[in-house]
Amino acid sequence: MTEPSKYQGSEIQSVTDHSLDIRNLTKEYTRGVPVLQSVSVSIEANGITAIIGPSGTGKSTLIRCINRLIDPTEGDILFRGKNLAKLYGRELRFARRHIGMVFQEYNLVERLSVMENVLSGRLGYVSAWRAWMRKFSAGDIERAFSILEQVGMADFANQRADALSGGQRQRVSIARALMQSPALLLADEPTSSLDPRTSVEILELMTNQAKNLEIPVMINIHDVSLAQRFADRVLGMANGKIVFDGSPSELNEEHLKTIYGGQGWMS
Amino acid sequence: MDVMRTGTLSTSGTYTPQRNWYALVGWLFLLVYLAYITSLFDLDFDRFISGLDNGSKFLGRMFPPNFTRYELLMEGLFESLQIGVIATFLGVLISLPMGFLAARNLMPPWVTWCARGVIVLCRSFHPVIVAILFVKAVGFGALAGVMALTVASVGFIAKLFAESIEEISLKQIEAVRATGASFPNVILIGVFPQVMGRFTGFISYQLDSNLRNSTMVGLVGAGGIGGTLFAAFQRFDYDFVSAILISIIAVILAGEGVNNIMRRIYR
Repeated sequence: MTEPSKYQGSEIQSVTDHSLDIRNLTKEYTRGVPVLQSVSVSIEANGITAIIGPSGTGKSTLIRCINRLIDPTEGDILFRGKNLAKLYGRELRFARRHIGMVFQEYNLVERLSVMENVLSGRLGYVSAWRAWMRKFSAGDIERAFSILEQVGMADFANQRADALSGGQRQRVSIARALMQSPALLLADEPTSSLDPRTSVEILELMTNQAKNLEIPVMINIHDVSLAQRFADRVLGMANGKIVFDGSPSELNEEHLKTIYGGQGWMS
Repeated sequence: MDVMRTGTLSTSGTYTPQRNWYALVGWLFLLVYLAYITSLFDLDFDRFISGLDNGSKFLGRMFPPNFTRYELLMEGLFESLQIGVIATFLGVLISLPMGFLAARNLMPPWVTWCARGVIVLCRSFHPVIVAILFVKAVGFGALAGVMALTVASVGFIAKLFAESIEEISLKQIEAVRATGASFPNVILIGVFPQVMGRFTGFISYQLDSNLRNSTMVGLVGAGGIGGTLFAAFQRFDYDFVSAILISIIAVILAGEGVNNIMRRIYR
């Protein structure tokens, strides 16, 4: 698998360029009701970070603020020498090219083939005309095949995305994110729609790929045991704030009570 | 014990349906009103009977259909066909951008209001009325017909385009945006594949509609078979009239066939 820096001639100087620094991130959907309350956290250039917390606590909002699918109300997001919170237009798009994202409901373009979906990871680099005519470069296509091979979907390259099962779709969606040669991988509850075994397979795939590429991964996840199994670091969120930050082994029942509230759900 | 809105369950298990008295009053009022307005029209049974008699005489004069002036017939028919096809083509060309501009999930409100205003304007008048206006503006002939039917097409298809765009899944678009794709690329890869199927349906419907309307605009001098038909009628050449009517039916049937082929190709 070619390394990202060799492939696209990006300006990655060192591994520490991949670190993500979030400062005082605040988001209010309605004024006076902040969903994210001045969240500050620093993510190292390597490693899997899992974010756990109850529904509605701002996990999705936090992840989406990073690649600006949602615009934060206040705060800074420093990544690769730029403040993502203050970028607009072309600069924002250029920054987004280096951030891959995997979604809970896969978000593949249903009517397009698996191949076209994976190639759409390169849309930040091709013009409208080439996208319309599907004129991707030979290097892109070769790389797409190799990535599909790695996620185990090489045989499905020409199938329509809506003909696949959930686990298969998520693999394609991971391939699409990898196609971007990302410097950061975000995942918003990638396994919430999958059965237990497929969930483990998908998380293994994501974490192995990220380790190979030496890029940080941030995963929102519901399942605490999965989070503990795969993550190097766990962030627990409650009411829009980070209330736990430590290694998976440090996470105990007290912490879980603080994060999720209530007791009856813990076995 | 649940109280259902359609009735009540008593403890003994009987069910009394609740009558909607407002609806009943509404229906009665409608019947009374219909009786009243029919009495206002001069609906005379004798007139109806003598009308039937006249009608049968009239039909008798229409058969056998007279195709001797077939050159005139073909010329008019071809012109109608061309008017229909060109108007559909131009209508679709204009409706594509108009539909996007009118889609409330893609464009800011001021843009969608303007676009929708234009579309409503195009749709307000029957094609024949619009044809009269264009005949006054650009003179007799096919140009007026093409312009009138283009306007009619835009009024119909652009509205339907906009509505299908508003119904698409935003999740697929979110994922394409996250790759750093430019706005045109998001439209091409995120929006288009989702709406293309429905678009071809609308286009083939509008083609059929334009073929029918193109026979009509000739009535006001905007070209096509309508003029010939009207002239034949006024000269009491009823057998020629029936020849024309039969040819129109044949054209519409052929249009159906083309429609089916189009659907199969563009599936």
